[in-house]
Amino acid sequence: MLWLTRKGVNIKIKELKTDVGFVKDLELTIGRLVEEKWAEPMGPTPFPEITTLRNWDMKLLKRYKPFYLPFCDVCCLCTFGKCDLTGDKRGACGLNMAAQQSRIVLLACCIGAATHTAHARHLVEHLIEKYGGNSPIDVGGLNVDVEAPVTRLVCGIKPETLRDLEDGLDWCEGEVTHLLSATHTGQEGSNLDFESKVLHAGMVDQVGMEIADMAQISAYGFPKGDPEAPLTEIGWGIADVTKPVILVIGHNVPSAVGIIDYLTDKGMYNAVEVVGICCTAIDMTRYSSSMAKIVGPISWQLRFIRSGLPDLIVVDEQCIRADALVEAQKIKAPVIASSQKNCLGLENRTKSPAKEIISDMVEGKVPGVLILDPEKVGEVAVETVMAVAPKRNKFKIIPEIEEIIKAAQECTQCNECMRACPNNMPIPEAMKAAAKGDLNPLAEILESCVGCARCDSACPNDFPLHSFMVKAGEKSLIQEKFKIRVGRGAIQDVEIREVGGPIVLGEIPGVVALVGCANYPHGGKEVAEIAEEFAKRRYIVVATGCAAMSMAMVKDEEGKTLYEKYSGRFEAGGIINVGSCVSNPHIAGAAIKIASIFAKRKLRANYEEIADYVLNRVGAVGLAWGAMSQKAASIASGFWRLGVPVIVGPHGSKYRRMLLGRKDREEDWYVYDARTGDKVYAGPTPEHLFTAAETKEEAMVLIAKFCMRPNDTTKGRAIKLTHYIDLHKRLYGVVPDDIHLFVRNKADLPITMKDEILKVLEEKGWKETRIPDPTLLPRLIRERKGE
Amino acid sequence: MGVKAEPWQKAEIAGPKKALLILKPEVVVAMVKRAKRPILVVGHLAAEDYSGDVKMIDYAIRMSKTAGIPVVATAHTISGFIKRDFHSAACMTAMDIGNRLTDPEWKGLDRKGPHDLALFMGLPYYMEFVILAGLKSFATNLKTISLDRFYDPHATWSFPNLSVQDWNKSFEIILTKLGGK
Repeated sequence: MLWLTRKGVNIKIKELKTDVGFVKDLELTIGRLVEEKWAEPMGPTPFPEITTLRNWDMKLLKRYKPFYLPFCDVCCLCTFGKCDLTGDKRGACGLNMAAQQSRIVLLACCIGAATHTAHARHLVEHLIEKYGGNSPIDVGGLNVDVEAPVTRLVCGIKPETLRDLEDGLDWCEGEVTHLLSATHTGQEGSNLDFESKVLHAGMVDQVGMEIADMAQISAYGFPKGDPEAPLTEIGWGIADVTKPVILVIGHNVPSAVGIIDYLTDKGMYNAVEVVGICCTAIDMTRYSSSMAKIVGPISWQLRFIRSGLPDLIVVDEQCIRADALVEAQKIKAPVIASSQKNCLGLENRTKSPAKEIISDMVEGKVPGVLILDPEKVGEVAVETVMAVAPKRNKFKIIPEIEEIIKAAQECTQCNECMRACPNNMPIPEAMKAAAKGDLNPLAEILESCVGCARCDSACPNDFPLHSFMVKAGEKSLIQEKFKIRVGRGAIQDVEIREVGGPIVLGEIPGVVALVGCANYPHGGKEVAEIAEEFAKRRYIVVATGCAAMSMAMVKDEEGKTLYEKYSGRFEAGGIINVGSCVSNPHIAGAAIKIASIFAKRKLRANYEEIADYVLNRVGAVGLAWGAMSQKAASIASGFWRLGVPVIVGPHGSKYRRMLLGRKDREEDWYVYDARTGDKVYAGPTPEHLFTAAETKEEAMVLIAKFCMRPNDTTKGRAIKLTHYIDLHKRLYGVVPDDIHLFVRNKADLPITMKDEILKVLEEKGWKETRIPDPTLLPRLIRERKGE
Repeated sequence: MGVKAEPWQKAEIAGPKKALLILKPEVVVAMVKRAKRPILVVGHLAAEDYSGDVKMIDYAIRMSKTAGIPVVATAHTISGFIKRDFHSAACMTAMDIGNRLTDPEWKGLDRKGPHDLALFMGLPYYMEFVILAGLKSFATNLKTISLDRFYDPHATWSFPNLSVQDWNKSFEIILTKLGGK
């Protein structure tokens, strides 16, 4: 069977004289013909439009209603405004506060989805140019048959080559454009329809990310679902600073690959140190765990640059400080910008001879250059850093202790730094101590610092307070040497077959995904603590991006990190680094593959049914403890639509709205029993789709609670209740007051807690209910009553 | 006592509608006495050490006992209440209590009717900021008071940015005068 791709081939002929006649302005469009090799019949929703899954969204939104948290009282997006939207007011365009908040959420998710899709587009185009469009997709060899679970589910295509991926990207780009257009003045007016579009944006984002990671795993030979992916180094202190140091920052790896390839080709791999920050760092260690090292998450940028350790900085795209060039100039390190999305005002020297560019940077004629050719970046970066490093001599702008003490003595204790700090850190108190020669409080602040340097900007004396902290914490920074497992990529089909049953039946209590950025309320240690708590409890813990890095940056008494202590397999008690931000769909993909491989549900373009399955049966929860970016918002929304609840840290409350269930409303928690069509009370499982936790203790209790699903067997529910009650008692000091909502019959009760729980059940007037074959979709009812 | 209506985190600008300043603690006393069904929401910072010798959670307990105000403890704050032998606090996440307060049909902690006054303390500044913003727009029959040491512009009433000493003094006055309820 042949089918036509969405992307057409367009031929335009202005004038054509032939034997048979004269043709003028001929335009011919044909699609790319592809031979259909996938036997599975097309499902109901291939390449869905923005309203295709609206009914599913409304089902979710009926149960999980938005709770809006306006970050701003006004709208200032058009020249009618500013419009005050507080209370029941409407803006000049007619929009109210609820719709405005959801509109902003949609904008954020469009930014996120566009960012990942554009990332994927640049990556795929580059890889096609380098390896050819027919280069095969291979993310796991024989161990991964369902290579693109999200793309198969959403788009209904089974990509086999790099070129096939473009069909998915075409769809993503079209949808993001439609979604973004809905935020224009005078378009969508309903908050719930905005929310539906938010969910669509999240689903688009998942496809974009999956395509990006499939492309780079396949073409660059990253680990292919390898549970034994090697350990590599992470930490501020891992760089061998006796060598010239290249620092790469960002998310899109081709430039870093260009550097590593150049070093390899020239036999220089021992001559230069290549280190990275953020997801480019993760991805370059997937390319070469021996030649690349990770400094740390996004918040490590300023502390590393100001320390003067990098001799040259290469930035690509996403999550790079906008002042990277300014900071680099302070330490006399040249910068190479390598993405069209982040040119930093630098001259485009892509077409200049490499020698000229190198000479200009070495002689300091330019602070940096824009080079939009990854291979050229490799050559220029390496040759420049070799010449620049001896001249720089690790020039740094971290002050000496005496300077800090002198500044501290001049500090007026105005509190401006503390009031600018996102975490209200007691910087004035630390300065008071520093004035007396005690720098320890400044060092302690660094441990929880998100590295934003708003304190620097706020200081009326222009004290570089972040640099003071870095100096104060220098000794422990140098000691920062940890091990992280290289991002393994996809979860193997065979692993899904092994754990699918125990997860769906509830015997593996849940899958906890620790994802997102590093905007933590108290530093990254909390992420490691949460990860270990659940690994010890035999949950499956998966991680990506900055969270995966932060988890690595804690050692136990024996000097071991989590990745050294726990298995990298997708199994109970495993701690799995899946990869970078764009690896998140492997987590969604695992949930999808449980439905597809274990439960044998049809996958192809069958989104609603699979999401219904995941929501009701797969006890997975996302925790984005330091979620900061718009990308984190779109990643989360992709999980919501799929039925996976997400918890964010306290700063996540600034995402402007939560999606909250109401456990006190019994009527909200009925599902259909697919066996009979009866409506059965299933309890608040999961209670919320999106909420912010105030503390790590609260996050841990919520994770355990949100892993419960209507489908749990009695044995599974008993296991899940054990963890929920145990954590609640340990962290809150009391038995939870809502246990009765999660007990269907007495067989659900954990044996060791039976008497205690029975007492609560009696107080609450609990009644036994039955365990359904749960679904929210009437069409999945197999036998209707009376039929 | 400072009198500037300036958010503690300086970029957290609200408005046009902003909290009225509590320049005299008696304002809180009057609001509580006037309220038919007040509720006190206490976050985890109330049990931490930054409020001086007396912790906010101790004030919360005294306020609840003195004025008969029901308490919601968010996050793990409930453990602090239990340690102090105060067992009547309800346990709920900050998002859950915020959400319920926007629902005019929610009958409150005791199921006897909606609350008309919510007093907040001990939540992270930015979290309380957005929750109060939500209540300002979506719980229009509810008055809110921020009892924290920092001006929160989204409340109906808020203390200005205060020193620990002035803050403690304010609480002592509130508790003394509430005793007459």
